[in-house]
Amino acid sequence: MLREALLIARKDLRVEWRSKVTLGHVAPLALLILVVFAFAFDANARLLELGAGGLYWVAVLFGGTLLIQRAFDVETEDGNFDAFRMSAIGAPSLFLGKSLGVFFQVVLLELVLVPGVVLLYNVRIENWVLLLAAAVGGTLAFSVCGVLWGAMAAGLRVRATLLPLLLVPVLAPVLLAGSRAFDTALGVRAEAGWTWTSLMFVIAAVHTAIGLGTFGFLLEEG
Amino acid sequence: MAQMPGTKHMTATPATRVLGAVALVAVLLMVLLGLVVSPADVVQGQAVRMLYLHVPSIWIAYGAFVLTSLSSALFLIRSRRRHDGGRHYDRLAGSAAEVGVVFTGITLATGMLWGRVTWGTYWQWDARLTTTVLLFVTYLGYLALRRLPAAPMTRGRRTAVMALVSFVNVPIVHYSVDWWRTLHQKASLSVGRRPEITGEMYWTLLYSTLAVTIVASWLIVHRYRVIRLEELRDEEALEALIASRLKEDDVQA
Amino acid sequence: MSTVVKFHKVVAVAGGFPVLAGLDIEIAKGEIVHLRGSNGAGKTSFMRVCAGLIPISDGDANVLGFDMRDDRRSPRRHIGLLGHDNHLYKDLWVQEHVEFRAAATGAEAGDAGAALRRVGLSDRLWSVPIERLSAGQRRRVAIASMLVGRPQLWLLDEPHAALDDEGRGLLDEILVEAASSGATVVFASHERDLSKSVATRVVTLRGGRLMEDSGAA
Repeated sequence: MLREALLIARKDLRVEWRSKVTLGHVAPLALLILVVFAFAFDANARLLELGAGGLYWVAVLFGGTLLIQRAFDVETEDGNFDAFRMSAIGAPSLFLGKSLGVFFQVVLLELVLVPGVVLLYNVRIENWVLLLAAAVGGTLAFSVCGVLWGAMAAGLRVRATLLPLLLVPVLAPVLLAGSRAFDTALGVRAEAGWTWTSLMFVIAAVHTAIGLGTFGFLLEEG
Repeated sequence: MAQMPGTKHMTATPATRVLGAVALVAVLLMVLLGLVVSPADVVQGQAVRMLYLHVPSIWIAYGAFVLTSLSSALFLIRSRRRHDGGRHYDRLAGSAAEVGVVFTGITLATGMLWGRVTWGTYWQWDARLTTTVLLFVTYLGYLALRRLPAAPMTRGRRTAVMALVSFVNVPIVHYSVDWWRTLHQKASLSVGRRPEITGEMYWTLLYSTLAVTIVASWLIVHRYRVIRLEELRDEEALEALIASRLKEDDVQA
Repeated sequence: MSTVVKFHKVVAVAGGFPVLAGLDIEIAKGEIVHLRGSNGAGKTSFMRVCAGLIPISDGDANVLGFDMRDDRRSPRRHIGLLGHDNHLYKDLWVQEHVEFRAAATGAEAGDAGAALRRVGLSDRLWSVPIERLSAGQRRRVAIASMLVGRPQLWLLDEPHAALDDEGRGLLDEILVEAASSGATVVFASHERDLSKSVATRVVTLRGGRLMEDSGAA
């Protein structure tokens, strides 16, 4: 199963490497979102500093949702899902592989966003370890939830509008936990940063378990 | 379309008519108890009467979502065994979710009105309001997914998985928002804090819960039957299509 | 000879429409069956039912020894399906794509090169993004992707479309080769010229049912 999952993740990353959608379109867009927030808060340095953690995760959420969309459009575009159904690859492997692929793409996105937040919102990273752990936990949770929900909306004509509606309420706890953990790591507010971080890992674990168990139902047609 | 005789093609049966009548009487009595018989609260005054709709609504909503999740799980188990199996669980999941969304909406509306009277503002970022609004949007999304055109079993499986994941997510959302904000008064019946719920107020609340449950069941039964009728219509159309395909074949052959 | 596909009064519904309306057909191992029929006759649907992608709602179907009512997933890994879509990742290079498909069916990555050469795609094209290929070249990549899986049952929907004369010749050769090595081939085609066809049997569908069957040759 792991071998198959890696096969799929590698394929997805290769598709990204060839098409450069994450680096070329989504990452710049996420940076733009950071800039637009500065407009919304009238470039109030204090407000931006206080909100940096939250704004970071909102940018990840929007950019990441586009990546999820893309991850499934690649599969539905030329009837590739049929090829998967016909292949020897099982649904749990597909779920893991897709999640892994999305995970690394969102990491790419965040590698652009962290410096963006630091430079644009003038914050200092006070706890690197916590920041890293929170980023990994939040991204894992985002990826598995995203792939699970992405499969629900895959192939539907209205997926572009439906996916965010389905995804955002589920990801609300991740957004909340990520923001609070970042608040702590950036030294903006004293919060229970590690508690929030572990919550994100718990969310990731719960959704991985559900995804492994139910992904097969989402793939079958008719 | 031709007139279809018999109760098979109606949303009501004698039993549901009785249930409907009981529901109507129950609601009238609830209004009487809630607005006239029960006393005003010492702290909150007349506003406390909102309680009799607000609290039962959210209980019913949670109950309905539990029903949705249970039937979704049963649907998935059945559909695994037979490719066309368990459709009635899918219908039940759908109708319960609709009713759940309606009562979540009622909870939110009464909650905001109540907040306006007691806190002086419609909205507070307190844990339970926030959790409830997320719940509301989650199941609105579920209903949106249900409404999309797709093969019935494909849609059934997708929505069933969504119902299950959403339900597992409810405690996660609840606890995370709870950690974030803890302003709201604690749950009413178990830990009775202001307003003190005792005597007539207690009984009125219990009774209102019963009345709202009856109304909800009546709604679920009817929604279930409407969905069943829609499926029957599609099935009959399909049978007619198969028959006409067979006939066209005979003429040609 | 053993039976590979056995349909008895099969009814299948897709999109609220009875795409198969009581189809009876038997196909034996090693046959090359040419499916004919007008648009909407049920050719594509027949293949998708064989591939287990559309469930049957009535009748009995057995494919490669699997009862399709109980288990329509297990036969899939032994079946190669080439639909209207090519099932291609357009961003990938030709070789990368075929290697991925090979790995996904559990074949050797080295088979990818052999398959590409077999469909007449020279090394020059292997490191070109699929996006930049012509329609005919893409079809060849799709055929190669199917070839690497060494399926026991080949289902090809309009495989000749978009191919040039040389490509059609190659494809026919590949089909004959597959059949002689023990695979079974079903392909749909609107080609009129049956005299040059490699098919051992011609089956015509109409309205989701069998209308004409030349029988096994």
